[in-house]
Amino acid sequence: MQVPKHWRQIPQRYRMEATKCKKCQFISFPARLVCPECGSKEFDTINLSGNGKIDTYTIIRTAPEGFTDQAPYALGIVELDEGVKVMGQITDCEPDNLKIGDRVVSKFRRMNEEGKTGMIMYSYKFVPDVGI
Amino acid sequence: MRDVAIIGTGMMKWGELWEKSLRDLAVEAALLCFEDAGTDRIDAMTVGSMSSGLFNGQEHLASLVPDYLGRPLTPSIRVESACASGGLAVRTAFVEVASGMADYVLAVGVEKMNDVSGDVATYALATAADQDNEAFHGVTFPGLYAMIARAHMEKYGTTRDQLAEVAVKNHRNGSLNPKAQFPMAITRDTVLNSQLIADPLRLFDCSPVTDGAAAVLLTTVEEAKKLNKQPLVVITGVGHATDTIALSQRKDLTKLEAVQAAAQRALQMAGKTIKDMNFAEVHDCFTIAEICAMEAMGVVEPGQGGPATIDGMTALDGAFPINPSGGLKSKGHPVGATGVAQICECVSQLRGTSDKRQIKNARAAITQNMGGSGGSSVSHVLEIR
Repeated sequence: MQVPKHWRQIPQRYRMEATKCKKCQFISFPARLVCPECGSKEFDTINLSGNGKIDTYTIIRTAPEGFTDQAPYALGIVELDEGVKVMGQITDCEPDNLKIGDRVVSKFRRMNEEGKTGMIMYSYKFVPDVGI
Repeated sequence: MRDVAIIGTGMMKWGELWEKSLRDLAVEAALLCFEDAGTDRIDAMTVGSMSSGLFNGQEHLASLVPDYLGRPLTPSIRVESACASGGLAVRTAFVEVASGMADYVLAVGVEKMNDVSGDVATYALATAADQDNEAFHGVTFPGLYAMIARAHMEKYGTTRDQLAEVAVKNHRNGSLNPKAQFPMAITRDTVLNSQLIADPLRLFDCSPVTDGAAAVLLTTVEEAKKLNKQPLVVITGVGHATDTIALSQRKDLTKLEAVQAAAQRALQMAGKTIKDMNFAEVHDCFTIAEICAMEAMGVVEPGQGGPATIDGMTALDGAFPINPSGGLKSKGHPVGATGVAQICECVSQLRGTSDKRQIKNARAAITQNMGGSGGSSVSHVLEIR
């Protein structure tokens, strides 16, 4: 069980916590110690909206270990309204109907589990924005 | 810095090599290299391997390889940069010689991938991606490149047929290479009808899982002349660059910035431009990778990789042959060995010993060896002197 590793990722996975550079306003997700734009080391913490559009995507048919019973599933890069890009699964949809540019929103979902007695990992996934 | 020459190369036929262990492969490649060089003197060595730890449970190759080569006390550096481990091992050997640190340096690239199941191999390869932000979400390498492919198709109109042609061309070349894992020609239909792995990429868009090793022996041009090496193949330029490990952090998904910077740096060091090169060996881990690499290296304008491939520009008899060896697709891709094998092919072509796949008037070549989804890239410029 890799508890510390997954526990450490909770702010990012459960709350989409990102860092916004105090000097140049560049938003980094995941959080960073050094701003990749200006090199500053001072940040504010923000929670991302999770709303955005599909930048690119694929449908994973041959899945990696741990994901084989989820296949096929859509996985993409979403450009959030804040301008940050995030990789995540795109779910609650027919993968074949997805298009670049489709609007999506994020949801809190179960990602995986370490067997019947191990950890359950949660994270954001994206679903088509049906405007509700 | 001293001028560096390649005086020997060695590689066995790649494939599913059940009888050969990790250390067997590394040693065999080194011995073939010594035979070709006409000398077995080494002052130091470098070992490129992406993940002997995950594929074989074996780290500390820096000790293992010189030990089993029978060279006690030899300084040895294990080099890792995912799929660019081999190219980086050559660069590291180059720096040892150029700096005066050592006179004869052997660079060995090796990967033994078939001792684990396909699932585990896929997992091991995925460690080249961002674990927390890409692999955690269930991505695979075909998946990452599929995302690049879709973005490239959206932005430039690159087609499925154009991607397929990369594989067809490389297999045509590989069918002429006795060392290739899959030395058979294929048709475009073979590619287009093969199983979907990660849309839009299919089985035949993907390089295979392979066991193999390759080795090159580097020394100073002065030493090479003493050994009367003819023709003399010199490494005139080396370039290296890194980019974000995760695709989501890239500014333009269709642009491999590390490939561009590494190639530019190598050419600049050689005092040459891409137009001065006669051919290239590039990192076609997936068909889209070759298209993006040739664009990044300036062989064609951005977006023109697909049309140029269909037009035959990069075929063996084209204006700028790419992957005369058959590339990763046909030759195979034992991850850490690939970058070294690219050098072996260039040396063979420049010496005029490539037999049925010989490029006419081959005098200058550039290699491009990439790690992960473009997170690192190494290029070498090789010329006849």
